[in-house]
Amino acid sequence: MRFRRACLVALLLAFSYVLGCTVAHTASLDEALAHFTTDDFGETIVGVNEVAASGDPRALIIIRALQDGQLLYSAQKKAVYLKNESGKLTDGATGQSIAGPPPADLESVRLNNRLRGTIDAALGGLTLLAKDPGARYDAAQSVFKSRRTSALPTLENALAKEQDPGVKRAMTEARAALILSGGKASDEDKLAAVDVIRQRGDQDALGLLSSLPPDTAEPVVKSAAAAIGAIKNSLVVWEAVQNAWYGISLGSVLLLAAIGLAITFGVMGVINMAHGEMVMIGAYVTFVVQDVIRARNPALFDYSLAIAIPASFLVAGFIGILIERCIIRFLYGRPLETLLATWGLSLILQQAVRTVFGPNNRDVGNPSWMSGAFDLGGITITYNRLWIICFALAVFIALLALLRYTRFGLEMRAVTQNRPMAASMGIRTSRVDALTFGLGSGIAGMAGVALSQIDNVSPNLGQGYIIDSFMVVVFGGVGNLWGTLVGSFVLGIANKFLEPYAGAVLGKIAILVLIILFIQKRPRGMFALKGRAVEA
Amino acid sequence: MEALTSSLLYLNGVTVSFDGFKALNNLSFAIEAGEMRAIIGPNGAGKTTMMDVVTGKTRPDLGDVMFDGSYDLTRLDEAEIAELGIGRKFQKPTVFESQTVNDNLELALKSDRRARAALFWRESPDERRRIDQLLEIIRLTPVRHRLAGSLSHGQRQWLEIGMLLAQEPKLLLVDEPVAGMTDVETQQTAELLKEINRDRTVVVVEHDMAFVRELGVKVTCLHEGSVLAEGTIDQVSANERVVEVYLGR
Amino acid sequence: MTPHILIRSLDRGASAFLIAIAAIAILIPVLHLALPPTSPFHVPTYLISLFGKYACYALLALSIDLIWGFCGILSLGHGAFFALGGYAMGMYLMRQIGTRGVYADPILPDFMVFLNWKELPVYWYGFQYFPYAVLMVVLVPGALAFVFGWFAFRSRVTGVYLSIITQALTFALMLGFFRNNFGFGGNNGLTDFKDILGFNVQAESTRTALFSITCAALMLAFLLCRALITSKFGKVLIAIRDAEARARFLGYRVESYKLFVFTLSACMAGVAGALYVPQVGIINPSEFAPGNSIEAVIWVAVGGRGTLTGAVIGAVLVNYAKTFFTSGFLAPYWLFMLGALFVLVTLLLPRGIVGTMRHWNALRRDRASAAAEDGVREPLPAE
Repeated sequence: MRFRRACLVALLLAFSYVLGCTVAHTASLDEALAHFTTDDFGETIVGVNEVAASGDPRALIIIRALQDGQLLYSAQKKAVYLKNESGKLTDGATGQSIAGPPPADLESVRLNNRLRGTIDAALGGLTLLAKDPGARYDAAQSVFKSRRTSALPTLENALAKEQDPGVKRAMTEARAALILSGGKASDEDKLAAVDVIRQRGDQDALGLLSSLPPDTAEPVVKSAAAAIGAIKNSLVVWEAVQNAWYGISLGSVLLLAAIGLAITFGVMGVINMAHGEMVMIGAYVTFVVQDVIRARNPALFDYSLAIAIPASFLVAGFIGILIERCIIRFLYGRPLETLLATWGLSLILQQAVRTVFGPNNRDVGNPSWMSGAFDLGGITITYNRLWIICFALAVFIALLALLRYTRFGLEMRAVTQNRPMAASMGIRTSRVDALTFGLGSGIAGMAGVALSQIDNVSPNLGQGYIIDSFMVVVFGGVGNLWGTLVGSFVLGIANKFLEPYAGAVLGKIAILVLIILFIQKRPRGMFALKGRAVEA
Repeated sequence: MEALTSSLLYLNGVTVSFDGFKALNNLSFAIEAGEMRAIIGPNGAGKTTMMDVVTGKTRPDLGDVMFDGSYDLTRLDEAEIAELGIGRKFQKPTVFESQTVNDNLELALKSDRRARAALFWRESPDERRRIDQLLEIIRLTPVRHRLAGSLSHGQRQWLEIGMLLAQEPKLLLVDEPVAGMTDVETQQTAELLKEINRDRTVVVVEHDMAFVRELGVKVTCLHEGSVLAEGTIDQVSANERVVEVYLGR
Repeated sequence: MTPHILIRSLDRGASAFLIAIAAIAILIPVLHLALPPTSPFHVPTYLISLFGKYACYALLALSIDLIWGFCGILSLGHGAFFALGGYAMGMYLMRQIGTRGVYADPILPDFMVFLNWKELPVYWYGFQYFPYAVLMVVLVPGALAFVFGWFAFRSRVTGVYLSIITQALTFALMLGFFRNNFGFGGNNGLTDFKDILGFNVQAESTRTALFSITCAALMLAFLLCRALITSKFGKVLIAIRDAEARARFLGYRVESYKLFVFTLSACMAGVAGALYVPQVGIINPSEFAPGNSIEAVIWVAVGGRGTLTGAVIGAVLVNYAKTFFTSGFLAPYWLFMLGALFVLVTLLLPRGIVGTMRHWNALRRDRASAAAEDGVREPLPAE
């Protein structure tokens, strides 16, 4: 009898203790808010944790307000207020506007770095239960990165409820991170966590596994070390793939920039030093088109490129024909003088643009379908670069078709291979020259449209690509479009692979030196035209 | 080095193709020292390519080219071959237009070709005499100090022959020497070449059949990169295949 | 070369030119030092430095004309040799600063202290001695030109390909010298010089002396070029310029000739750069900019390539125009004018000023002599 009563009492006590704890844990919002009314960082931290754990729907708003410095308190009234952008005060607990004048001793609840950390973790925990799966995913990632073990209960709670596979995976990884960072889990759990982290396989995973707490058990440490090795290997591979991707992207830009130069050089033997300025003009046309659209009909912004591309082709092409008719034509047979004259032209064009548009960078935006990125395995692929690669290849194929299947293309090829013969067969070589120059310049203009999407638009834009375009032409040889294609991609990839080891500058220098050496073996480039008429 | 052949110029099985097209196709012939040979053939027969190969401008894909018995011409470049004693006169006269007739000959005169030598070179009386002689032979003494670019076409051809002689070559390759010349000039050129032939071997490439007849020497007819027929002008003209391919029906 | 070979090469025009330069070299310093500042004929200090700069540019132009006008090699990267010579001199001048620098380190220049470098890099050794620096002024550009030329000429790279490669060369050097860890002062370059051979770099007497020395160097270079051009070597160069293949078929080792002039030209450009640096007081990587080299070529084009005197005149004229236009209200238009200069000179005045004058003289002479001769008057060929 007495034993039963003792048990009952014990049970009651235990129950009330547990109840008390739960009640204490899920303290009401008001009690939690009280911690903010002292000017004490420690108290504020407790307050944050309690607000987060309270489960009150206003918890998120309050903690966000605190993060933004919009949480205020009055020590006298022991109350907490929120201030919105217009300065209006609302009650912290209820969210209602306050009646009457604000308290006299209103102070902001202060923040320090440690507090910010706590806020981040708490927010992470709160948004784990958000409605939007994207928000939940981000919350899981931030928990993973912050490794605050205090978020573990909330996390386990959310994990149990999670349906979305992507988010679930992120949460599992986050949980594994927390377990390894000093949770009181068993060694088996920890080993399982190492496996989960290894599968994640990125830089963060590496960081986590390299910084396990010092009291971690031996087998776990060993397993982590093995995982580190495996991750490093796969990272090296992915890095190479990423560099290859950047190289292809750079190659596509070089292709667009250089192909016009290769054509004019092949047909006319002329190196156009103003070629870079044609690219620059194309970029500025894009700017103007977007400016007009923004002013007249902003809804068309996504079509701005579709308008800019033909516009820049026509503008640059027209300028090219003008240059050929007024200047190049008179310097026929004197390639070195043409080089100098076109250099002078490039100075004039640059200064003209500088005078009209100003010397600073101009803003050219990406249309929505070119923004953003996606992940492919271990690399990130941005849409703008992807589109540019497709565009460059499309232009290349169009050009091949033009050369192969049209009359004009036939005439161009004839003049490239044997000018006097072509002339004596009735081909109007001067007309071919003018149109070729126009075509080359027009393509350069389109290159400018593409470049405007990934680079700054300034009067110096052309200068940055002219040397590289020359190198592509010198390396790839002339008279054959494939030379330019191969040349630009080889140089692009070589450039990007050298960069991580030597830095951008030394990498560029190395490329230039390599090309100079390459010219020894093949003075006319990789895909040079052969035959007697060419040597002349 | 032991001589592999007694001929001055020896071509055997020379093949040159440009992107699939065979400019020279298993070409074989020999030129003896001291002879003068005329090479004829339709356009595209490979005459100029043959000279390119001999002078080092083009490397053959197959075959041997031997000079003076022991020099393998396929391994040397233009300057080395010129130093060996092979001189070439081009179809279009290529004299140095912005320099005087005298300077053109001075440059061509057989001498130490190295840069160091040219820095300190001073005209010796011997060399002056040589140039005087040459000017006499090519009849350009009165225009000695005129710019080569201001000469007439015929005068330029002769200047080039003069430059060729100045090199004192063992073998002269002359590409269409009478193209664009008057009848009188053509006859004079034939005499000049015969005179030159007294001390040197001469190979003449020509289209003008009257000129070839005037020379009166052994003729080699090329067609599509190889030898079609060889013999005197009469023999070759009578050859059926030559008639079919070249002279026409 | 013995002096009498040098003198022998002079004709009337060349002698007149030399006398003119000598006169300037003497007159300007006199007008600067002997006359009081109030006199209307006094040449102020800033003009001395400016004229000195022009003279250095004239020397650079001469080096470009040597290879372009007479051998047909259009180098669009000669600014690199100019800058290398300048850096060599700059390094000597930096070492002379010693403890007078901001950080007062006896050995390390200021920028090295700033970068936390503890010791002088190996390639800076020896630059405290003037003779060594002078050797480097000639050796470094010369060696670079030799190696570059050896590769380029041997594989018969000519024409526009060669010009582009020279551009790439100077561009690569510019990128390199801009880097701080290259050890040449990064994008600030080398500056704040105190003295040269013990003389204060800023003193009027030093400036004047430097000006006269530069003029003397110009005269010497001119003589050297004249001697070269009028010798057989020069004739071979011209032959290579006009018909390279033909020169080869005559037996001339074209590569050797090109390599020789190219290296010589680079050394001259290096000397020009070395004389330039103490007069302007700074050398930085923008001297390597491809645009600078191309601008130097237009000086020669304006004056007349292949004339030597034209190169000097062109350099002075264009730079004077630049000084004039960039200091006044027309400054934003300078680039337009420079660009237009390029276009107009190549289109309308391909022989340049001196070249056109000579051409007219030659036409007149030929017409006169042809009238005296019997026979048909032949027209001069177009160039």
